[in-house]
Amino acid sequence: MLDLVTLAATEAGELEAGLTAIGRGIVYVGAAAGPGVGIGIVVGNAIQAMARQPESAGMVRTTMFLGIAFTEALALFGFVLAFIISG
Amino acid sequence: MTTLLALDFPPVSHVTEWPDIFFEGSPLAINKVVILMWVSVAIAFVFMWAAGRNFQMVPGRFQGVGESFIDFIRNGIIMQTIGKDGLGYTPFLGTLFVFIMICNAWGIIPALQMPVTARIALPALLSIMVWVIFNVVGVIKNGLFGYLKSVLFPPGVPWPLYILVTPIEFVSVFFVRPLSLAVRLFANMLAGHLLLVSFAVLTTAMFEFFPLAAILPGAVLIAMTLFEVLVIFLQAYIFTILAAVYIGGAIHPEH
Repeated sequence: MLDLVTLAATEAGELEAGLTAIGRGIVYVGAAAGPGVGIGIVVGNAIQAMARQPESAGMVRTTMFLGIAFTEALALFGFVLAFIISG
Repeated sequence: MTTLLALDFPPVSHVTEWPDIFFEGSPLAINKVVILMWVSVAIAFVFMWAAGRNFQMVPGRFQGVGESFIDFIRNGIIMQTIGKDGLGYTPFLGTLFVFIMICNAWGIIPALQMPVTARIALPALLSIMVWVIFNVVGVIKNGLFGYLKSVLFPPGVPWPLYILVTPIEFVSVFFVRPLSLAVRLFANMLAGHLLLVSFAVLTTAMFEFFPLAAILPGAVLIAMTLFEVLVIFLQAYIFTILAAVYIGGAIHPEH
């Protein structure tokens, strides 16, 4: 339980380590939420395009991977940043 | 050491940093990752050399694989992104693809289990190489001012917007492109490696606790390893295709 008595009783380094862990979690969640939606939109629309025009599937697939790569990069920046943050 | 439900997860530095084998402590120290990188170079070289050693009308085993691979690089990557005048880049992009794929593949080879690209050094070097090449190609094809104009002032934008667009394009082309190219490969392989390590630790801990309980995490571990096979191929493909897109953008600045 997080109440003020236990908070005061913990050592300073311990609290810092805990807050660092929370911060890492927030960074990763913040970085992954947007790209998650974005990749969904990219792939969903690509599938729709492939279903409507199967003859253009090759081109759509290449462009889809490009779109995924650009969108995904943001999430990966967050992933790396979460490791870089230190208490 | 992070302890969760009495499980000891090793810190990240334990699963990616390896002790030096030769020249300990010096800047030229050689560890497992460096040796695996050299082996990857050797494998890529031997594969290409064996495929192109003596051409025959009816391709042999190596030549057949090599030919379908070159066909994939040409039709699957270059023709889709650069076009016909990019076929001269087949050797560069092909080498990039094979080398990255072999370097990634060490992550799932039993007993070795360390993707070389999960350390930032190799992806960073490769992305700097791509950065230099696409800029040099752009300058050679369009001249220094033509290249900068095509990068910083994309056509079809109303002129007041250039106040916004030009700084964004400058940062995105010269800084974010190489950074994201390196970080994408590195972070994907590191994430896959950490995932495998986590499930391996979980499986062994469960096995020691109660052998039957290890079935579920063990099955997930195998599934994740199969998923890594896909990631290994996909990351090599994405790195190569982005290199091709950047080179293509430097050759044909209009899009």
